[in-house]
Amino acid sequence: MLKIENLRVNYGGIEAVKGISFEVPDNSIVTLIGANGAGKSTTLRAIVGLVKPAEGSSITLAGEELIGVDTPDIVKKGISLVPEGRHVFPDMTVIENIKIGAYLRKDSLDADIDWVYTLFPRLKERSWQLAGTLSGGEQQMLAVARALMSHPKILMMDEPSLGLAPLIVKDIFSIIKEISKQGVTVLLIEQNANMALHTADIGYVLETGTITLSGTGKELLADESVKAAYLGKSK
Amino acid sequence: MSLTTFLQQCLTGISLGGAYALIAIGYTLVYGILRLINFAHGDIFMMAGYFMIFAMASLPWFIAVPLVLLVTVLLGVSIERVAYRPLRTAPRMSVMISAIGVSYLLQNLATYLFTALPKGYPEIPFLKKIFQIGGLSASFVTFLTPVLTLIIVYVLIVLINKTKIGMAMRAVSKDYDTAALMGIKINRVITFTFAVGSLLAAVGSVLYFTDRMTVFPFSGSLPGLKCFVAAVFGGIGSIPGAVIGGFILGLGETALVALGYSTFSDAFTFVLLIIILLIKPTGLFGEKTTDKV
Repeated sequence: MLKIENLRVNYGGIEAVKGISFEVPDNSIVTLIGANGAGKSTTLRAIVGLVKPAEGSSITLAGEELIGVDTPDIVKKGISLVPEGRHVFPDMTVIENIKIGAYLRKDSLDADIDWVYTLFPRLKERSWQLAGTLSGGEQQMLAVARALMSHPKILMMDEPSLGLAPLIVKDIFSIIKEISKQGVTVLLIEQNANMALHTADIGYVLETGTITLSGTGKELLADESVKAAYLGKSK
Repeated sequence: MSLTTFLQQCLTGISLGGAYALIAIGYTLVYGILRLINFAHGDIFMMAGYFMIFAMASLPWFIAVPLVLLVTVLLGVSIERVAYRPLRTAPRMSVMISAIGVSYLLQNLATYLFTALPKGYPEIPFLKKIFQIGGLSASFVTFLTPVLTLIIVYVLIVLINKTKIGMAMRAVSKDYDTAALMGIKINRVITFTFAVGSLLAAVGSVLYFTDRMTVFPFSGSLPGLKCFVAAVFGGIGSIPGAVIGGFILGLGETALVALGYSTFSDAFTFVLLIIILLIKPTGLFGEKTTDKV
């Protein structure tokens, strides 16, 4: 279980995350929803050690403190992040991008390459293409495939639906469910609250750096304030 | 000019170009990873020259050469550790100024330790042996330099494209954060890059100084500057670019000398720099940016 307690992150003098606490139980899909600038990405980046949280924050994976651990070592412990905007390596081929996701592993990758190619058949067709020439949706699939190659216990996704056509968004979310069924815990942040809450077991609403609401996906979908602010339905 | 003289000059030019290429690769590799012009690179090359003088004073060449390569690698890696790593998150200009500082530090350190008088470079007997092919005659090192350069470049390209550490280098050169998310230790890759760059500078130094016969504290500055130009000409960040830039520079300079304009042989480099910056500022094989959202 991943446990975040009193997480605070400052950028310059600005407090982007103001002391949030939440839990990601094993084998669940957890989502953080919220508008731009709510601190969602910062939270994920703090978990993988790309930004340094303020004093007094705590992030533990199965009881082990992660703050102060270098990003590559956090990845080694089983947390993988699909960054916002995919960030595939454009000058590498699809297969190279997939292999680099398994950088820390020394065992044979063949079975896992087959596995991600079954999840994303489109990538198999484009195996030798440079990643920079893929469409946005394909790049997103590649970024997810790459993250899966490290055998994460927890897969974190930063806005996987951003800038994608609705049909592809549906695909992406059904794959998230599929990945979850295969035993990977998922922490998802989204502006597409509707899709995210329909997929997630547990949801948290983040507003300007604090958690204002939490509940199961269904509860939040039914909540009047969530409906008004994130689902575009008036009361 | 007879054909023999022409070929003779070409050989000299290619040989000089090979040494330039080896040094230029060091600039290009470090730039590719850190976006830093390592102004101390030419001085690392100069220090390698001094290391060789001292190593050869008491050791046979086949022990001295590997030792010099090793010590030069350690020097390059320590410079990164002490002068560049603490500035990893600082603005790029600060790191560049630090690099200029290291360059002057090494030059002055060499002046202080070894005096400013040129010191004789030791001879490795078999490198100085004169060979004759048809009407061409040159020392063995002249033949060896371009061949060795091409072999090293080939190995380097295979390393970068086919090995795991090469893959990590390519990833780090694109995007630090994403590379770290793959589990790549950025600092380790940077250290490795400096090690390779310094190793090539040391090899270049043995080949270059064997032909020049003396080393003094500023012997690194002009070749360093020229090789930097070679790297820019080829497109900084590109290894084939640096190699071609090195060879063009070597051939061009030698051609001017052969035609009797030796006064202008150094100017050739900088005219070339001005021309390439005017016509194709990214160099021959400069990085094209493919941004796709």
